[in-house]
Amino acid sequence: MENNSNRVIALAGNPNVGKSTVFNHLTGMKQHTGNWPGKTVVNAKGIHRFRGHNYILVDLPGTYSIMAHSAEEEIARDFILHGETDATVVVCDATCLERNLNLVLQIIELTPNVIVCVNLLDEAKKKKISIDLSALERELGVPVAGTNARGGKGLTELMEKVAAVCAGEIKTAPSKGRFDTDEELIRHWQFAEEIAASVTPYSGVNLSKRDRKLDRILTNKLTGIPIMLALLCAVFWLTITGAEYPSEALFAGLFRFGDLLTDFFLRLGTPEWVHGVLVLGVYRVLAWVVAVMLPPMAIFFPLFTLLEDFGYLPRVAFNLDHHFKKAKACGKQALTMCMGFGCNAAGVIGCRIIDSPRERLIAIITNNFVPCNGRFPTLIAIISMFFVGVVGGVFDTLLSTLILTGVIVLGIVLTFWVSRFLSGTILKGEASSFTLELPPYRTPQIGRVIIRSIFDRTLFVLGRAVIVAAPAGLVIWLLANITAGDTSLLNHCSSFLDPFARLLGLDGVILLAFILGFPANEIVFPIIIMAYMSTGSILELDSLAELRSLLTENGWTTVTAVSTMLFCLCHWPCSTTCLTIKKETGSIKWTALSMIVPTVIGLLVCFLFATAARLFFTLF
Amino acid sequence: MFEKNLTSLHEGEHAQVAAITNKGGIKRRLQDLGFVPGTRVQCIQKSPYGDPVAYGIRGAVIALRSDDAKGVLII
Repeated sequence: MENNSNRVIALAGNPNVGKSTVFNHLTGMKQHTGNWPGKTVVNAKGIHRFRGHNYILVDLPGTYSIMAHSAEEEIARDFILHGETDATVVVCDATCLERNLNLVLQIIELTPNVIVCVNLLDEAKKKKISIDLSALERELGVPVAGTNARGGKGLTELMEKVAAVCAGEIKTAPSKGRFDTDEELIRHWQFAEEIAASVTPYSGVNLSKRDRKLDRILTNKLTGIPIMLALLCAVFWLTITGAEYPSEALFAGLFRFGDLLTDFFLRLGTPEWVHGVLVLGVYRVLAWVVAVMLPPMAIFFPLFTLLEDFGYLPRVAFNLDHHFKKAKACGKQALTMCMGFGCNAAGVIGCRIIDSPRERLIAIITNNFVPCNGRFPTLIAIISMFFVGVVGGVFDTLLSTLILTGVIVLGIVLTFWVSRFLSGTILKGEASSFTLELPPYRTPQIGRVIIRSIFDRTLFVLGRAVIVAAPAGLVIWLLANITAGDTSLLNHCSSFLDPFARLLGLDGVILLAFILGFPANEIVFPIIIMAYMSTGSILELDSLAELRSLLTENGWTTVTAVSTMLFCLCHWPCSTTCLTIKKETGSIKWTALSMIVPTVIGLLVCFLFATAARLFFTLF
Repeated sequence: MFEKNLTSLHEGEHAQVAAITNKGGIKRRLQDLGFVPGTRVQCIQKSPYGDPVAYGIRGAVIALRSDDAKGVLII
């Protein structure tokens, strides 16, 4: 065992070449394939042990070049040059070798210790592209390994070559060419062309016919947008329908266990307040969070990951770019919005993929208009309580789906409007240039996707929710049970907020819950419930139906439900997201603005809706 | 001198890159993607609103907005 023999290996490559898959396979790390939709936005590090040495693998952001024209390229370049790397592995897409060789040739310029990893050989085989790897090795003058990282194939050979380069057993003799001027650049590309042509005996049409057929349907003038909406609806429908029964079952199970806990505490003879704090406070909030959040997330995340794996998300950006252009924003904002579905903080970090600082700020400020997983289940729960059972039968879930889709589409439309507004006011400017790659479609590995997204995303997110919800349950219980004068602290606060909240179609409790829910949106609904329970007569709450009667007893109507959903969609971002915005923008001003903008919009939207509804009910 | 640019291509049509007249960072990005004189490029697919348009270059599919595509002259 040599402990002081850590070797640092940088992993570089174009975006979408499976670099992170190589990384995950070697390091056994999972959280990074749990990468939110999009790509590696920070240098992920992991350790791979191979033949007595520790290899510290550093997954660099995907770039087309290393000439430091963007923040990501600078990160990658700096690391290769100054990160004390022992070797750099450049991962290439076998189906698009020529383009990838550009980066290889650039990196070879910077450092001699390069190993080329030609990945996605299986995809290339499907497209009838064969690559002569030893010829490529000769042409480039550095070791080449062929891999199929998704299937875990070829990685040992790759590591053997990495080890040999690190140990100095393989001396590389890189083919260099300078390419500073335009003429040199052309020569450099010709070089890449020649190499690619000489190592791919079959070099027919590289662009897959199947991909073009799919694109013709998925991004077509007539069908592109409708299919996108239909897919959104389908995902929501499956989520709502599929979550219904597991949610009910979890409710019943967890609350039955809660009763057992109560019995247990009674038998122990603990003081009433201990039981109150632990069971009625902490446990109940936890149970609620789990029962409501787990089923929809366990369905939504895998579905979303399937679309992501398939390669659909860049097509969404392609379809929607027109609107972003009109808003003088970047088309890649659509990708950061997709990340926001998982977590707004992740979406804000993801905004690094946008090169223009102005457009990046727009994307950061508007990211909150996409409901994250903390707000998503709240929306679903409200919909299932107030809109299911209205029409009956199959139409119930259909109606719920349409309402949920409507809320999401409203968020998207608000994103366009606010982006456009910002572009004309505080973030004045014209749309800058950008390029968007539409990578080949890949058949998603369904089994893996399900396992990955449940373990990496669902449980991760749930774990975080539980961590916040437990202490929050305690605080809320205390607020609801410590009295000042003749009512609880919670009541004091909520009745103070009540007149203002009524204008928005909410009530004092709901508004207070949103304020107290600042640490995490997941706890907004538990706060509402607990506040009502502390005054109401319902003590058992083991199904959505009973929850609904608790709410209606406290004056909830359809208008309250809609207003709450609207306010859930548009209000200040959670504390984690705010901290992330501060970190990403380095400015209090932009962080404050990111809180103010959605809040003002939320107040406006709710006020307008509530007023209109009131008017409607007085007139009719 | 009148020259055609990428936006003059219809879906399915091929051409050769003649020059990149874009300014600033996008010029470099286009070159990194392989848009250099002499490269074969194909107009692959228009987006639902007609802009951006996806182009096939060196085995990859890259979408460009018309403002940027105008700068890529073709023959």
